[in-house]
Amino acid sequence: MAKDNFRQSAEVARVGLFVTCLVDAMRPSIGFAAISLLEAAGCRVEVPLEQTCCGQPALNTGDLAGTRELAQRTITLFEPYDYIVVPSGSCAATIRVHYPELFHEEPHWRARADALAARTHELLSFLVDVRGWSPTHVSLAATATYHDSCSGLRELGIGSQPRRLLAAVDGLSLRPLEDNATCCGFGGTFCVKYPAISNAIVTEKAQHIEATGAELLLGGDLGCLMNMAGKLHRRGSGVRAFHAAEVLAGMGDGPAIGEVP
Amino acid sequence: MNAAPQRPSFDARVHAALGNPLLKVAIDRTTGNARSKRAAAMAAWPGFAAARELGRDIKDHVIAHLDHYLVQFERNALASGAQIHWARNGPEACEMVVAICRKAGARSVTRAKSMLGEEIGLPHALEAAGIERVETDLAEHIIQLAGDPPSHIVWPALHKTREQVAELFRAHHHDPGALASVEAMVASARHELRSRFLAADVGISGANFLVADTGAVCTVTNEGNAELTTTPPRVHIVTAGIEKLVPSTAHAMTLLRLLVRSATGAELTQYTTFHCGPKRPGDLDGPTEFHIVLVDGGRTRMLAEGLADMLRCIRCGACLNHCVVYRQIGGHAYGSTYPGPMGSVLTPMLTGLAQSKDLPRACTLNGQCQEVCPVAIPLPTLLRGWRSRLWSSGLESLTVRQGLAVWRFLALHPALYRRVSGWAVRIMSWFARGGWIRRMPLAGGWTRERDLPRPPDRTFIAQYRRRMRRP
Repeated sequence: MAKDNFRQSAEVARVGLFVTCLVDAMRPSIGFAAISLLEAAGCRVEVPLEQTCCGQPALNTGDLAGTRELAQRTITLFEPYDYIVVPSGSCAATIRVHYPELFHEEPHWRARADALAARTHELLSFLVDVRGWSPTHVSLAATATYHDSCSGLRELGIGSQPRRLLAAVDGLSLRPLEDNATCCGFGGTFCVKYPAISNAIVTEKAQHIEATGAELLLGGDLGCLMNMAGKLHRRGSGVRAFHAAEVLAGMGDGPAIGEVP
Repeated sequence: MNAAPQRPSFDARVHAALGNPLLKVAIDRTTGNARSKRAAAMAAWPGFAAARELGRDIKDHVIAHLDHYLVQFERNALASGAQIHWARNGPEACEMVVAICRKAGARSVTRAKSMLGEEIGLPHALEAAGIERVETDLAEHIIQLAGDPPSHIVWPALHKTREQVAELFRAHHHDPGALASVEAMVASARHELRSRFLAADVGISGANFLVADTGAVCTVTNEGNAELTTTPPRVHIVTAGIEKLVPSTAHAMTLLRLLVRSATGAELTQYTTFHCGPKRPGDLDGPTEFHIVLVDGGRTRMLAEGLADMLRCIRCGACLNHCVVYRQIGGHAYGSTYPGPMGSVLTPMLTGLAQSKDLPRACTLNGQCQEVCPVAIPLPTLLRGWRSRLWSSGLESLTVRQGLAVWRFLALHPALYRRVSGWAVRIMSWFARGGWIRRMPLAGGWTRERDLPRPPDRTFIAQYRRRMRRP
């Protein structure tokens, strides 16, 4: 990445990157793309090595005590940073929206959860809304369509930010996706607990994606992207999937999800 | 509830629904139409957000002061000449309705669509009492002929294509004609029902709103069947849940605007009627007896058990129409009176959580239901609430409990987590061909229908550590 323009160049923000358990295990390049974008936007990025998972699987299974334990770990680990940035809308929403709800009977932890929530951002919206950053000298000659993941869209209001960033990529043209506000059928553990329903949903999503004629599927959440990419590949479709951060960091000419370098 | 003693499991019902291509055609036609009409209505209504807040506040206010408004409604309804009956639960309500019918010597009753009637099992109770029941809503008429339960709270026959309806009418109507068009089918049903309207001894309706300061009962329909059900017979019986109360007609109007636009995208239903008391001296028509059966049926328990938000529901069906799960499996797979997101919140309350534990879980928590809800019910939050009760009451399966316990232990011990996730990505890679895994032990839920991308040789944290060590 070349030099980029950003608003708050005067002060260097100290960002703790919460890479998410899924990116850690399944697609590290998203984590490295996030570091590169955050540095380009004038942040000093640190990756607390003790990080594991935000606790979303426990939260969505109803294990609130377990979620609280994991939340307390995450809060303690990330408290020292100016910002906590997450390359996933649903993990960011867990911290921003759901952590505070977990501690309504423990005022001390509630205050700490509130403070962390206020400083936690999903990566793409952080770059636009907090850093006022946009990419320069990034190019990718391709057509793409964008999937709005539900947690980011509805819990954090992320919709325009990724599109604004992607519009600044030279040669990249975005095509509208029919029914784009509809869930892809991932839903965390839902997709393996109710595989038949999930499959019916993602099949319809894959048909809509194929109908755009786009070469690339982009999104901001690896779980949803793996679900859609996995279905597209099983269907024999040639659509390739990337996290939007990878494209913005100039990695769009590298291997897509499911491709070997 | 009139659940059969032995019914197929949720998975079996889902399997049946997904294996029925005509069902998907029917669901897409009706819900697709509903979604686009609702979207157009909302786009043309700048006041929606404000009306939604007002609607939410009206319902919350009434629910917080139920005691006051119930007494006020009873007083005003009695003054209008209505008779009020209080039912604690469904069976009690059905007994009351049957007793009124028997006292009136009723052989035939007409019924205007009411989800509460379905909830309390009224069709079954009338049948058991040997009273002929004639469903007068077109869709209810269709499913009565088919012997089906409703599959949607606004369009009960949504699961039938028009081709299937034509077949039913041909088999059951006395003089069906060619049934070449939807109009011809409607005409055939109208012809079939007309004499039944006039022959009925009792008409039974539900209520969309109970207006406290007038004692009136408001019903909305697009077919006028509620009016024909409630006016010609000697006796009109209303069955209504106690959460249907509104303080005044003006409040009902705010909620009507939200209800109709959310349900069908129209500004108002074709027929919006306020029924107030029996026929008065000098009136040309109307019933001589007017009964209102007010049903609790778990509603006060919802108030006590943290489900007060759900009592705002005005049964518009928007959450069903926008639900990705409903759009694939339709209403019958839920196995309950109320399907979709609102049904998955209500059913565990009505039938017990152990009998309906799949419903709160079979949801992706994508939040679209809450977004379209005209009274801003936080449906995903309420579904999560049921999940935490499933967890704390030990109803979650052993596999899930053990799996989550292992994962949580690891997530709380980062050093161990690093080691195990390092092994896991390596083991997973053994199953990959090229960049994808087509099949892998313990991953059938994922790989049966889609491929799993091959994980990297090293996790992000492992790679990051290496980079940090380098100068």
